[in-house]
Amino acid sequence: MEYFLELFLGGLTRGSIYALIALGYTMVYGIIQLINFAHGEIYMIGAFTGLIVISVLTLLGWNQIAILVIASVAAVIYSCAYGFTIEKMAYKPLRHAPRLSALISAIGMSLFLQNYVLLAQTSDFLPFPCLVPDFEFWEPYSHIITSPELVIIIATTIVMILLTFLIKFTKIGKAMRATAQDRDMAMLVGVDVNKVISFTFIIGSATAALGGVLIASHIGMVNFYIGFIAGIKAFVAAVLGGIGSIPGAVVGSLVLGWTESFFTGYISSDYEDVFAFLFLVFILIFRPQGILGRSETEKV
Amino acid sequence: MFLTFPIMVIRVNTVENVVEWRWNNMIIIGAGSFFLSFVWRYLLKKKETGNQKAKPVETDRVPLSQRLFEDHKIYIPAAIAIAVFAVIFPFVFSMYQTNIMITALIYVTIALGLNIVVGLAGLLDLGYVAFYAVGAYSYALLNYHYGLGFWTVLPIGAGLAALFGIILGFPVLRLRGDYLAIVTLGFGEIIRLVLENWNEFSFGPSGIANIPRPGFFGIDFSLRGATIYIYFLMIGLTLFTVFVVNRLQDSRIGRAWVALREDEVACQAMGIDKTKTKLTAFALGATWAGMGGVVFAAKTTFINPASFTIWESINILCIVVLGGMGSIIGVIIGAFVLILLPEYLRAFSEYRILLFGAVLVLMMVFRPGGIISNVRRTYKFEGLKNKTEMS
Repeated sequence: MEYFLELFLGGLTRGSIYALIALGYTMVYGIIQLINFAHGEIYMIGAFTGLIVISVLTLLGWNQIAILVIASVAAVIYSCAYGFTIEKMAYKPLRHAPRLSALISAIGMSLFLQNYVLLAQTSDFLPFPCLVPDFEFWEPYSHIITSPELVIIIATTIVMILLTFLIKFTKIGKAMRATAQDRDMAMLVGVDVNKVISFTFIIGSATAALGGVLIASHIGMVNFYIGFIAGIKAFVAAVLGGIGSIPGAVVGSLVLGWTESFFTGYISSDYEDVFAFLFLVFILIFRPQGILGRSETEKV
Repeated sequence: MFLTFPIMVIRVNTVENVVEWRWNNMIIIGAGSFFLSFVWRYLLKKKETGNQKAKPVETDRVPLSQRLFEDHKIYIPAAIAIAVFAVIFPFVFSMYQTNIMITALIYVTIALGLNIVVGLAGLLDLGYVAFYAVGAYSYALLNYHYGLGFWTVLPIGAGLAALFGIILGFPVLRLRGDYLAIVTLGFGEIIRLVLENWNEFSFGPSGIANIPRPGFFGIDFSLRGATIYIYFLMIGLTLFTVFVVNRLQDSRIGRAWVALREDEVACQAMGIDKTKTKLTAFALGATWAGMGGVVFAAKTTFINPASFTIWESINILCIVVLGGMGSIIGVIIGAFVLILLPEYLRAFSEYRILLFGAVLVLMMVFRPGGIISNVRRTYKFEGLKNKTEMS
């Protein structure tokens, strides 16, 4: 039972990690039906920015929690700028082109950013300091779940609640939903579609950057390549939950996290990814629109 | 575009290293991005005005490439020149060059195979490299265990790959667009991970070495002779592929694929069996990848799972899209550009992938149809102004 609980919580952390990245994927997809391959790279850039800010501030001898907050804010702002620029450069000119062109453009952007960071920084793994202190009040439970993990889970929950609120109840959220449903129609009723899309990219990048800083500090190292693997996993999670739906992304991520965790714990760690993908295939065979996705009727 | 300008300058911050502050780079990149943003804006504007100009005359405008191929005065000498060049190539250039050429030809073959799936049938397949791996491993393993020769395995490998294509095809038949992409991607990863982890079957990450080169009725060649032999074999295989794909394109099944790509519902209403059509697309596409894989294993004499990562799939997909989806000539040119260019740009090897990524983005922004876009055969009615549909 102890072992089961351990795996369960491990899966929960893992799922929360995927969820932070998957949220951005799903939001962008919901609005412009594009698999943003560069999303993982934004996450990676967020982690790198966080690392740079942290190193500089540590040299100046600041307080740990202050550093964590400032680094997260810097990473979020910086990644937002990146997300915005990427959208403007690589996707906006392709808005009316075939879907595949935009996808290739996204892949190109992902390659470009990866190698840009590789050349500008280094190809080695850089150690990332663990910034979350061990909370004293959490001491009795820390053998089950450590405080950095706790922070990740809480952060994911807060981000998800905020996003749901944003989309359901604010004006820009309404505009986003309208754009997702029918872009031309939204334009007709006076929604500034370009602004909405930019905004979506900014929000998505912000969650990715936040994820980047938190996850890197949990894992303990960063490298120019982390974005790609995390991106693929998060994308699988988003599809699993039904791409385009925000609760779906979180549910999908958690399901994926638990699946991997239990599978690794009980059967074998070699085939962890194989199992994750097989699981995806089975889910999609029986529910092609994902766990929480709406099924679309085909119209002629 | 004006808004991005400040960001381009701020972007420089990533260059600062942890301890050392490299202000030098910052100035260079700042100036560079300032200049580039102007070029970018200029090109974008030009593209927009160009589009507006082109629109009114689009109806009877035939692209330059198309005219070139229809004009026999240019077409025939060009074909002869290419043929002569292809024949004397291995004797004139070094073995290194020939080897690169073989790689390029392998990619032409498998890219043409993917062209069936993506270009004609419109099914986005991100795990295409799995079939390539199946081909390569079937040669390596069958040879290792049973001592089967190259020529025996070539059809077996192709058949196995086709079988895998059908296995993959069945579950994904119901899926649309992006779900299909992610499932195929997953499939590619599954194959690679199984090969990596199943030590007893595939010798794990260390791969299989000493795969024999193909023989010619029992004659063993020297290394140079074998390379030239594979080169000609690849030329033959490529020609065969071009021939088959060309015939397929205008056949009943080829037109069914295009119809399926354009509109699934309408296509079914016209009485086309969706399941069968999709499965044949997967199976036929996989066949070429399997053949390419067998030749690849024979050429390098060593394979391991690291050759079959998802980047390989993306690379092949880029060839197809860059060259122009659905167009045979375009795909061939795309393969040569994408394989040969990086080889000859070894001097800038550090910046190679960076440039590659940038080229992909620029290409898609400024010329989304690829280098040579496919012009669908249209039937013109006399007296009726028929709209030329560009796919």
